[in-house]
Amino acid sequence: MADLLDLSVAAAAAKIAAGEVSAAEYGAAWQAAAAADDLNAYLWTADEGSFAEPDWNGEGESAPAGAGEATPYGSNGPAPADSGPLAGVPIAIKDIFTTQGIPTTAGSKILEGYRPPYTASAVRKLTAAGAQVLGKTNMDEFAMGSSNENSAYGPVRNPWDRGRVPGGSSGGSAAAVAGGLAPAALGTDTGGSIRQPASLCGIVGLKPTYGAISRFGMIAFASSLDQCGPLTRDVTDAALLLGVLEGKDPLDSTSVGLDGGISMPTLESLAGLRFGVPAEIADAALDPGVRAVFEATIARIEELGGAVAEVHLPHAEHGISAYYVIAPAEASSNLARYDGVRYGRRAGGDGDLVEMYEATRSEGFGAEVKRRIMLGTYALSSGYYDAYYGQAQKVRTRIAGDFDAAFEDVDLVVTPTSPSVAFGLGEKTADPLAMYLNDFFTVPMSLAGIPAISIPAGLAAPEGAADGAPRLPVGFQIAAPAFAEQKLLEAAHALEGALGFAAAAGDAAPWKGGAGG
Amino acid sequence: MAELEAVIGLEIHVQLSTRSKMFCGCAVSFGDEPNVHTCPICLAHPGVLPVPNEEAIRSALKIGLALDCEIAPRSIFHRKNYFYPDNPKAYQISQYDVPICGPGRLGEVRITRAHLEEDAAKTIHVGASGRIHGSAASLVDFNRAGTPLVEIVTEPDLRSAADAADWARLLRETVRQLGVSDVNMEEGSLRVDANVSVRPAGSTELGTKTELKNMNSFRFLQRGIEAELGRQREVIGAGGRVEQETLHFDPASGDLTPLRSKEEAHDYRYFPEPDLVAIAPTAAMLAEARESLPELPAARMARYEAELGLDEAQARLLAGDPEQAGYFEAVVAAVGEAAEPRVVANWVTGDLTAALRASEDAERPEAGPLADLIGAVASKQVSHAGGKQVLAILVADGDADVAEIVEREGLAQIGGDDGELAGIVAAAIAADPDAAQQIRSGNGKAIGAIVGAVMRETKGRADGGEVNRLIREQLGM
Repeated sequence: MADLLDLSVAAAAAKIAAGEVSAAEYGAAWQAAAAADDLNAYLWTADEGSFAEPDWNGEGESAPAGAGEATPYGSNGPAPADSGPLAGVPIAIKDIFTTQGIPTTAGSKILEGYRPPYTASAVRKLTAAGAQVLGKTNMDEFAMGSSNENSAYGPVRNPWDRGRVPGGSSGGSAAAVAGGLAPAALGTDTGGSIRQPASLCGIVGLKPTYGAISRFGMIAFASSLDQCGPLTRDVTDAALLLGVLEGKDPLDSTSVGLDGGISMPTLESLAGLRFGVPAEIADAALDPGVRAVFEATIARIEELGGAVAEVHLPHAEHGISAYYVIAPAEASSNLARYDGVRYGRRAGGDGDLVEMYEATRSEGFGAEVKRRIMLGTYALSSGYYDAYYGQAQKVRTRIAGDFDAAFEDVDLVVTPTSPSVAFGLGEKTADPLAMYLNDFFTVPMSLAGIPAISIPAGLAAPEGAADGAPRLPVGFQIAAPAFAEQKLLEAAHALEGALGFAAAAGDAAPWKGGAGG
Repeated sequence: MAELEAVIGLEIHVQLSTRSKMFCGCAVSFGDEPNVHTCPICLAHPGVLPVPNEEAIRSALKIGLALDCEIAPRSIFHRKNYFYPDNPKAYQISQYDVPICGPGRLGEVRITRAHLEEDAAKTIHVGASGRIHGSAASLVDFNRAGTPLVEIVTEPDLRSAADAADWARLLRETVRQLGVSDVNMEEGSLRVDANVSVRPAGSTELGTKTELKNMNSFRFLQRGIEAELGRQREVIGAGGRVEQETLHFDPASGDLTPLRSKEEAHDYRYFPEPDLVAIAPTAAMLAEARESLPELPAARMARYEAELGLDEAQARLLAGDPEQAGYFEAVVAAVGEAAEPRVVANWVTGDLTAALRASEDAERPEAGPLADLIGAVASKQVSHAGGKQVLAILVADGDADVAEIVEREGLAQIGGDDGELAGIVAAAIAADPDAAQQIRSGNGKAIGAIVGAVMRETKGRADGGEVNRLIREQLGM
């Protein structure tokens, strides 16, 4: 069993396709692992032994005949295809993706018990490629958070140290992959929600170019920033999943796909590639241990033949400010539909309409969601639009311009993914601003709409930890121009091989059963 | 106090008759069982995204071109945010600062803009008055939610309730000719709201306006505006001030009651819809829309001048009103060789218009009877004056047999070769020797007295030109 779970997705899929591994056995092994979740990584898992028809209404019934047939996208539930590049591979799905008949909450109480009548395009892409929905993973409510402590269903624990957070908002997905509860997971990234938890959990997290993957069925947080992507153990698996997921979707007007698709990365040398290090990192608030791993990784790039140059992203420091105007503004509108009228939670049924709205939303939303709805509502209100939303959009344009200018001189831009390693549960919950700064290095790429990947680059002790305290993973972020995913994956693949993170982590790696509690 | 002039602008919602809704594949419907045309998208389930209906964009382009609007090379959608159960996403996808159709004109009224948006669901308030206050429960029918709409906004160029209703009719005809909407006011596929204010005549400043809603026929539109103009004049006459508010017209009572109070005024928090990309009509789409249009006023005017020999004023008058132009062309076709198009234009824009204005109950005759009448006058079977009498009967009674009317009313023109008119002329000259003498001595004006006498004698059945000729002939001139 353990051997099966050690296989990468690409290796497992190849063995299943070749008949060397039984899909049923492989699936059952992962179901057993997921069922043993002690990280609170899952909010729902498929019943053992069956990935078939999901429970339509919570009473053990399957979907009624014809359900969803009136929709333009047919009635397909997430039943997997028999063949395809992911045949027989179970994948954990962040609970922000709708799955027909399977509870979908986005980590919020307001959607408690909600069973969507349709399945997200990204999930359908996976199942059409033969993958199975292993479970739905925990997350910060509506993807708003950097620690997973904003879930209405309790925080997720970091498998490297259960007293620490896994990052967020795709914390359940990251913890499931790092903790050996899933071979790979689907997440979403709005300002770093795939890359930062991947960094804190020591795995690979890829945020593709905005528009590379359909957003249809991805519950919206900030529509102009949200993008789906894989969380995997290695870069090859990320490429495999991206190749399945990307594509223009007629149900998402903003989707464009990736021209030419994605092939498996093979690059081993970085010769001829130019890496840009933003000069601004020198003055950025960064844990010494994280800085040391970052500098060591730059040295490895040069050893592999890569050229390293300084670039300037002068407006990136305003990224957080712009992001925390734009994202809440869009969220305030996106989350207005949760009004208790058509689905999900309804409270205060006896009062008048406004009372019902207020009671429903007061009870249904958590504190961070309310904070952002208020921020966003204010930023869009009459008389303030230009000063906030309008201004933030200008900053966004400038940041995109900074990247354009940098990419004239270099192929890729590299930064740390997160300013620190995983922090303790409750450590930053009292200070939203400190929490927001977790996204300092990831937000600029989100605002620019460009692809970025976080790969595990080493281990570092938390700042201020006693000597001999367990060391935790540090992520290294690589960003590429829009739609240059192939180049990004090639470079990440070569660097990953040279860094040998999994080997270096050794028994400390939680998927080896070495995590302490 | 100076007279208070009416200043009226209209906001018209045209429901497009596309097969599917604006942003999803559900059918556009009317009168079906509630909530059968719904899907996760138009019910705003979590995670759904809108996809614009290309046919609706094509329809909006046709409307824009027909209204002589500037078409935006790239227009964008905005979200208009407000909470109400008829608005499932809690925002309406509409257009804000960059609409698909910019400034234009229809007839004498300038168009500010025309933009695409989606309709709300229908709320049914159970019990009490049918309005939300005092109702026992409210039900929502989402069949209509997401139906494509084009909202047309005019400049405040209308100066009376009657003009507003007339112009709205013209707009309906124009849109109807495009074939993009049923434009049925009772069914709500055409909804006209009015922005009404008054100001001292001659002033160029605008007074405080009120917005009138729920006038679901042209008659109610006119009555609603008249009632509101009366109210505003009264308020100002009594030294008061008009408050900016939205008023609901009750067709049964004719009353206007405030719909929303100021305290509930919405801040719609418009911002660009991030789920949609800009609408950038291709040259081919624009060309196709242009080619599919029926003849537009400017082209029609040019054709009337060049091919039908109308003078500029006549051509402009007819071409600016597609409905009247269509009628004019039908009459021209029915008249055939019997009269010049110029003569038909005179009848249609002159005598007919006057006859229709003369009475509330007057109805325009079919093209055939009017053509018969014009032919009879042109061939001098009926005098022009007699023709007007026939016309009065045509518009009043719906009687359509011109020959029968001429016969019954004894309006057949006197003249021709039987000598009857010559005899009446001779008798008139004999009866007024003074006038005859004056005419002979060169006073041309004096002929009027004798012509008048002949006309009285013939009860208008004589042709004026022929009478003149006979008088001169008999006086040896």
